Amino acid sequence: MVGGILDYLWLVPALPLLGVVLNGAIALFSERPLLLAEAGHEEAGHGHGDARGGDEAPAPYRKLVALIGPGVVGAAFAVSLLCVLQLAARAPQDRLFVQVLFPWIQAGGFTGSAALQLDPLSAVMILVVTGVGFLIHVYSVGYMSHEKAFARYFVYLNLFTFAMLTLVLGSNYLVMFVGWEGVGLCSYLLIGYWYEKQSASDAGKKAFIVNRIGDFGFILGVFLLFWTFGSVDYTEVFARIPALSGNGTLTTEIATAITLLLFVGAVGKSAQIPLYVWLPDAMEGPTPVSALIHAATMVTAGVYMVARSSALYMLAPVSMGAVAAVGAVTAIFSATIGITQNDIKRVLAYSTVSQLGYMFLACGVGAFTAGIFHLMTHAFFKALLFLASGSVIHALSGQQDMRKMGSLKKHLPITFPTMFIATLAIAGIPGLSGFFSKDEILWKSFSSEHGHLALWAIGTLAAGVTAFYMFRLVFMTFYGESRMEPAVEKHVHESPWSMTVPLMLLAVFSVIGGWVGVPEVLGGHNYFEEWMAPVFGHGAAHEAAHHPAALELALMAGSVLVALCGIALAYYLYRVRTKKPEEIAEKVPGLYDVVLNKYYVDEIYDIVIVRKVVNGSIWLWNAFDAAFIDGIVNGIAAVVRGAGDGVRRLQTGVVGNYAFSLLLGAVLVVGYILLR
Amino acid sequence: MTGLPADFMANILTVLIFLPLAGVFVLFFLPRDNNRLLRNVTFAVTLLTFLLSLPVALKLDGATAAMQFVVRAPWIADYGIEYHVGVDGISLWLVMLTTFLMPIAILSTYKAVEKHVKEFMIFMLILEVGMVGVFLAIDLFLFYIFWELVLIPMYFLIGVWGSERRIYSAIKFFLFTFAGSVLMLVAIIALYFHHHEVTGVYSTDLLRMYALDIPVKLQFWMFAAFALAFAFKVPMFPFHTWLPDAHVDAPTSGSVILAAILLKMGTYGFLRFAIPLFPVAAVDLMPAIGALAVIGIIYGALVSMVQKDMKKLVAYSSVSHLGFVMLGLFAFNVQGIEGGILQMINHGVSTGALFLIVGLIYERRHTRLISDFGGLSKVLPVYATVFMIVTLSSIGLPGTNGFVGEFLILLGAFKTNRVLTVLAATGVILAAVYMLWMYQRVMFGKITNEENRHLRDLNAREVAYMLPILVMVFWIGVYPQTFLRKMDASVQAVVTRIETKRQAALSGRPAGETLLARYFDVRK
Repeated sequence: MVGGILDYLWLVPALPLLGVVLNGAIALFSERPLLLAEAGHEEAGHGHGDARGGDEAPAPYRKLVALIGPGVVGAAFAVSLLCVLQLAARAPQDRLFVQVLFPWIQAGGFTGSAALQLDPLSAVMILVVTGVGFLIHVYSVGYMSHEKAFARYFVYLNLFTFAMLTLVLGSNYLVMFVGWEGVGLCSYLLIGYWYEKQSASDAGKKAFIVNRIGDFGFILGVFLLFWTFGSVDYTEVFARIPALSGNGTLTTEIATAITLLLFVGAVGKSAQIPLYVWLPDAMEGPTPVSALIHAATMVTAGVYMVARSSALYMLAPVSMGAVAAVGAVTAIFSATIGITQNDIKRVLAYSTVSQLGYMFLACGVGAFTAGIFHLMTHAFFKALLFLASGSVIHALSGQQDMRKMGSLKKHLPITFPTMFIATLAIAGIPGLSGFFSKDEILWKSFSSEHGHLALWAIGTLAAGVTAFYMFRLVFMTFYGESRMEPAVEKHVHESPWSMTVPLMLLAVFSVIGGWVGVPEVLGGHNYFEEWMAPVFGHGAAHEAAHHPAALELALMAGSVLVALCGIALAYYLYRVRTKKPEEIAEKVPGLYDVVLNKYYVDEIYDIVIVRKVVNGSIWLWNAFDAAFIDGIVNGIAAVVRGAGDGVRRLQTGVVGNYAFSLLLGAVLVVGYILLR
Repeated sequence: MTGLPADFMANILTVLIFLPLAGVFVLFFLPRDNNRLLRNVTFAVTLLTFLLSLPVALKLDGATAAMQFVVRAPWIADYGIEYHVGVDGISLWLVMLTTFLMPIAILSTYKAVEKHVKEFMIFMLILEVGMVGVFLAIDLFLFYIFWELVLIPMYFLIGVWGSERRIYSAIKFFLFTFAGSVLMLVAIIALYFHHHEVTGVYSTDLLRMYALDIPVKLQFWMFAAFALAFAFKVPMFPFHTWLPDAHVDAPTSGSVILAAILLKMGTYGFLRFAIPLFPVAAVDLMPAIGALAVIGIIYGALVSMVQKDMKKLVAYSSVSHLGFVMLGLFAFNVQGIEGGILQMINHGVSTGALFLIVGLIYERRHTRLISDFGGLSKVLPVYATVFMIVTLSSIGLPGTNGFVGEFLILLGAFKTNRVLTVLAATGVILAAVYMLWMYQRVMFGKITNEENRHLRDLNAREVAYMLPILVMVFWIGVYPQTFLRKMDASVQAVVTRIETKRQAALSGRPAGETLLARYFDVRK
């Protein structure tokens, strides 16, 4: 089979990997000596002279890094686009391309190949990852320009892109797991980028470990999957479902177990209850990282995985229910925390957790297309929100506390409007991308056969809260009186073009990104659903049959109304009666504190789990290892020691003789037995 | 292919075993005050041994389970004891690991070992003789000789070149492992007589033993004796307490060899002797051994987490890692056993590297306490990178060697015992906890201790011996086919042998027979 450009699909992950190698070499040979000199070190000093730039001019290697870092991702985007176009040129049922690179892990009947798969689902994912990723790489060039470890940053960022592309392009669960843990690693490295800061390295470690808890479920799910299906390849597994269901191998219980285990992984990676705690802390990383990893791409991996496994989830109603419930509860729960946070990035972090909840809600009601659709639009507007907030932070020399912002509208002529557009998008204002995707989810959570009125109600309520906290953010940041520190205010400036151009491009996509999925009831055409149909099948047709269009329109109007109420409330509290929020907080101090402190979940985990495990381990070591086992050992030794002078003598240093004599003795015994 | 003459290749295994011994004789005649010469000659000998082992790996046929490159000569003919060595898919990579790590270990001593260099090098070379011999011996008696031979140099390495409590640790190491090997000797003798009783021939040939159909009751006791000997060595919980002490007090190179090779003698013993010779007992006792393995995984990880001394932390992590290997071997399927063998190699590479890494910082600061460090990344960027890669390998990140081994082990074990596997998999989480926590406390943060501010990053020699390890980390991680395919036939043969021998031994026995009835005639 001739694939044309598709034969070069491997370039998509390989290009960012090339960036890792090149930037890694630069980091090692050009940047390291500079950093060492910085650390007050006399470097060994052979041949790195060219890299040692003057104090004022940036070292030449940084230009090269700034070229390679975004360049390889841009090239990967170009290849991705060509591949997807090639795929789109095929008939819908033929839109599946698998490229086996080499056999990776093989043992007995198990085969896990290093293989890539391009189909409509992975096509959307690679376009988002490389597209948004490219813009964020470009943005990073400006944002990170003051950082010493510039090359190291791009090594990690390129490595992340490689891992994420591996995750979404893998043609089996094993390769997905490679990417899955790989993005976790990069997240760890990038959150802890400023490793000298205790809170940053703590947050990185927390992210890795909490993710590992999820990965534990994922890998067990893969084991059960393999021993049930005899394969981990997507195409094989899904193709075998009818036969194995038919002969009773694949029972509902097994399907439920597999999907729930996989979902544990998704809960960890996509920061859902109860494993969401790492994501807000992950904001310790540089802001472009928050945009790329902790908003647009990595955290959506769980949604992708559930969607990828949709055929399995559809066999397990219990799992579907769990996915929908976890998603809905997380959506509302973290949205409420978002109301009270004052750190601009933390508001966005809880918002991300909440929006991911929507995506799971969609998957849980069987609306996988809607989930992926929201994944895509969210990638646009949430990346934009983070990058814009980064631009704000950049302008304010690192200030993240919204209580020390205000009136920035006039200072930031590009950041403000772009961020405002993103806010409208996430709030679900009709016409913008977020509206179409969120509304699709809300409608499906009501109308689908897996849906429920309660799910719709929670989702709609969370939409209102979302609109509220987002406009609270915008009002606190851009409007009202300046609360900036005078020293900071003097230096407020709009960001360089490398940062503002990505903002503008993302703003465009935040508006038009949803137009590919305009619901029929609004007279549009859902191209997105049509594109995804080969993966998920046509789900919408039969629902439309027993739900009148008027109902859909009414619900849509309802959710828009709720969002507008949220905006109005935010306007009232943060523009009209600005003293009111404090008054409210004072009226319900207990409740306010609980929400402000994120429901004390971190503290509870710490007391209930972390400390217990650590103290228990110390006890094990002291009581069991040292006292008990060694007590027995030393006791025996003492008895032996007391038994004779000979043993005493062996401790004076001639133990070699002792060893030889024991060996000799043993040999003699053997000899005796043989000769007797 | 290899350019070596055919009759040389026919005796290659003998060369591998005794080349280090030839090195010992050379060292005897070298001046004891020329440390540089002593070191370089030893390094050259170990490097040559490694180079000569390469053609074995290249030429070994993974498609046959038969012993290859066999050298066989009568030794103590009256008792049927032979000099009989050979290599197959099970022993190959352990031999390679030994020859691979020896030059690295020697290189790591150039600065670290200053006193009695001559004796030190002699002991290291004798150690290599014993280790290579253990993995190549096919004759039970020969195996036992090599097994015991390893003990002595390691005892001295710890006892003479070790740190504070070296005598205590050395004796503890010696007694623990010796206690085990005496039991094994008894079992070997029993097996020897059993073989004579059945066949009328006196022999200590392992391959002849394989052919026996050993009565199940006898299997139980012999398995118990062998298993105990090997369990001490692995070490399995609760026989592990000699390990942290031995490691903490051993010199760096001793720790490297101890962790990387000596512990594998235990796991190799299970796979080569205990399991295939006594499959009925092995399978029946699997729940007990599996449970101990899993306890070791979790217990080792938890205790590892709360250590204050870097070396002790790494030592306890070995208890955890070796638990994985045991779990894989006792899965009795191809995935589990191949994973187990690969994990033996992986642990040798990664934990060996971790001990080297601890040694590097110990040479610079003369402390291993985690609390004495912090912020080292800033002044030691190359060290930080190497340490990070090895850390990731140790916690089994995909793309590194550790993942492939752990994955196959857990995949195989999942088929055999799900509950144990689920529990074991928590060890993967805990590994991330203790390793990343250590890394954070040592490498991240600000430099709080002024003494750490002017540390020197790795020099050329240090990079030179860490680099091959990093290559192995990624080679095994990305393309494990090189290693796995050589094992196929041998591992499949073990799996098949377990099945057929079990069927043969148990046919005609009542269905649903309890273990008490099977082994102790206890009936309800």
